[in-house]
Amino acid sequence: MSLGALFFVVAALGLIAWFVARARAVAFRTGRRERFSALPGHHGAFVALWTMLPPLIFLAIWWFTSPALVTDAVIGTAAAANLPPPGFERAAILSEARNLSRGEAFGAFHDLSELLAPAYAAAQSRYDWIATALAALLAFAGFAFAYARVRPTFAARSQVERIVMVLLLLASLIAILTTVGIVASLVFESARFFSIVPVTDFLFGTHWSPQVIDPRDPGASLGAVPLFWGTFFIGAVIAMAVAIPFGLMSAIYLTQYARPSTRRWMKPVLEVLAGVPTVVYGYFAALTVAPAVRDFAVSIGVSWASSESALAAGLVMGVMIIPFVSSMADDSLAAVPNSMRDGSLAMGATPSETIRKVLVPAALPGIVGGVLLAVSRAIGETMIVVMAASGVAQLTLNPFASTTTVTKQIVDLLTGEAEFDSAKTLAAFALGLTLFVVTLLLNIFALIVVKRYREAYD
Amino acid sequence: MTQKITAHDVNVFYGEKQAIRQVSIDIDQEDVTAFIGPSGCGKSTFLRTLNRMNDTVASARVEGDIRLDGEDIYSKDMDVVQLRARVGMVFQKPNPFPKSIYENVAYGPRIHGLASGKSEMDAIVEQSLTRAGLWAEVKDRLSDSGTALSGGQQQRLCIARAIAVDPEVILMDEPCSALDPIATARIEELIHDLRGRYAIVIVTHNMQQAARVSQKTAFFHLGELVEYGDTNDIFTNPREPRTTDYITGRYG
Ligand SMILES: Nc1ncnc2c1ncn2[C@@H]1O[C@H](COP(=O)(O)OP(=O)(O)OP(=O)(O)O)[C@@H](O)[C@H]1O
Ligand SMILES: [Mg+2]
Repeated sequence: MSLGALFFVVAALGLIAWFVARARAVAFRTGRRERFSALPGHHGAFVALWTMLPPLIFLAIWWFTSPALVTDAVIGTAAAANLPPPGFERAAILSEARNLSRGEAFGAFHDLSELLAPAYAAAQSRYDWIATALAALLAFAGFAFAYARVRPTFAARSQVERIVMVLLLLASLIAILTTVGIVASLVFESARFFSIVPVTDFLFGTHWSPQVIDPRDPGASLGAVPLFWGTFFIGAVIAMAVAIPFGLMSAIYLTQYARPSTRRWMKPVLEVLAGVPTVVYGYFAALTVAPAVRDFAVSIGVSWASSESALAAGLVMGVMIIPFVSSMADDSLAAVPNSMRDGSLAMGATPSETIRKVLVPAALPGIVGGVLLAVSRAIGETMIVVMAASGVAQLTLNPFASTTTVTKQIVDLLTGEAEFDSAKTLAAFALGLTLFVVTLLLNIFALIVVKRYREAYD
Repeated sequence: MTQKITAHDVNVFYGEKQAIRQVSIDIDQEDVTAFIGPSGCGKSTFLRTLNRMNDTVASARVEGDIRLDGEDIYSKDMDVVQLRARVGMVFQKPNPFPKSIYENVAYGPRIHGLASGKSEMDAIVEQSLTRAGLWAEVKDRLSDSGTALSGGQQQRLCIARAIAVDPEVILMDEPCSALDPIATARIEELIHDLRGRYAIVIVTHNMQQAARVSQKTAFFHLGELVEYGDTNDIFTNPREPRTTDYITGRYG
């Protein structure tokens, strides 16, 4: 049986187990008014879980390991003696044979794969039988173990609770393990990159031109400083110059001045801004803002204004971040106790003095934390810069000049010709790792700031 | 006896609901006046009409005539900022700003431009803290945060903060209800010392406290001013049966 079918069989077994165990538990109840620690349904769930979980866990592991076992078995057959040595061709033949054996390919490119296909089919069906047998064995063992425990005194309810807890724990571990896996692969690929290009060349080099790499000295054209600068300039300087004042002012208006009825419609509208797909902002940046910025630059006499300026990308990114800053600032302003505001007003301070001198300072750690989180979002933002920023890496302070960012370069490096062991493509992983580390540090720092502030009013 | 504040036929509404009915009262310059009455009877509401803190409540509406030194405080010409500088307020829960002790006290003088230099400001801060009976405890730690003080010290800091703008009246809304008996005794002593320099109005739930600190007592019930007179008379010889019931603990 295939894995998919096995899965359904296991589920069906679980259902049966549930009914059987439940029936047995119902039989305990002889009509006297007696208290049991668990309802029949709990006994059913307990036995069903024990019936399903062992084979399911086994099948999950099997799903990852069995392809390798099958391939090993095929290689062990006589027909495989003619296979080329390990390498690209050998892998291609084996994968073709596998597809043939499953009926997913018609006609073979290599003669050998046609020969191997029957061996593949045989090995596959043999292993499928082994899997079926093992899964059935585990299901019955689990069932027997649990069914024997169905007694009136057995606390099935709390046992089910415990199993549920373990399942939830596993679910959250999967998210964490995935993160760890991603980081590990980033680190691994970056390590390969740094075995070709010295770390110092990458981190401190000021010349970036991955299109022309000198094979004898790849580090010379892979200096990432212009990218770091561009990212910082667009994400942390220009975007924040837009997002901080507007976000903060809208939060102040919403928390301090707006009437409840105004706040009721205005806050959701602001939040909708945060739900606009970034690619839409990208259009807006590339088609509307960028030309406008260039025309403006030309009109004030900037000689070489690019139509893919840092300013256009940064402005739009800033607008995108406004709701983010605003909602963080809103939260931290709202967390300042009303008694602060009353205290200041009762001293004869005006509302705006109260905001400037008491509320904003009191909320400052929260606001700063929010801004740091916003920065980390801005520098990781990709779509807007892919569409609106240029690919030209240069170290410049001129907002009308073209600049590029880390994320934009990662996209450029990985699209098009994909050869996964050149310095050029590996550089994308090193950039990704750097970006990851920077945003991680920013987030941690921001959370520490926010947390410390929260404690002040509890 | 000079009358600092005169209120005449004051009504206060929260939306449709009337919280104060036809209250008329004169507050003396030299006395401490206590407002007593069961919870929800409108003591805080009435107190807050005296420095227009009710303006900060969107649904609140005040009718009637309230005068400070004969000036109508609800007239169009009245500058709320000036009014609140003249009529200071201390709240139930100590609410120092999350700034240093020095900056807490300097806050009011700064926004009203009362000091023209650092040394003048230092003098105001020292004088206010001294009058609030806190100077000796904090003089070596003026740059510490005001929120790091004990509850009783925080409340005295809030009193110092109110004194620093040199008000004429100080309103206190249950200033001791968050404090222990020793801190309460210190605040009561302080009120005693401040008497005469400022007209003081204090809301309290504690009969003994009203008897100890005040010369005049007003008893509120269901938004009405039931009885107002010398504290001695109110506590020993009340005219109204409702007052008797309240001060003997039959309700409230
Ligand atoms: N902001 C408000 N909005 C609506 N109603 C209010 C508001 N503040 C007070 N009230 C109502 O006005 C009435 C008087 O309230 P107030 O706070 O003045 O009473 P109080 O005498 O100070 O009570 P306590 O002794 O509990 O402090 C109460 O019925 C209260 O529910
Ligand atoms: Mg009150």
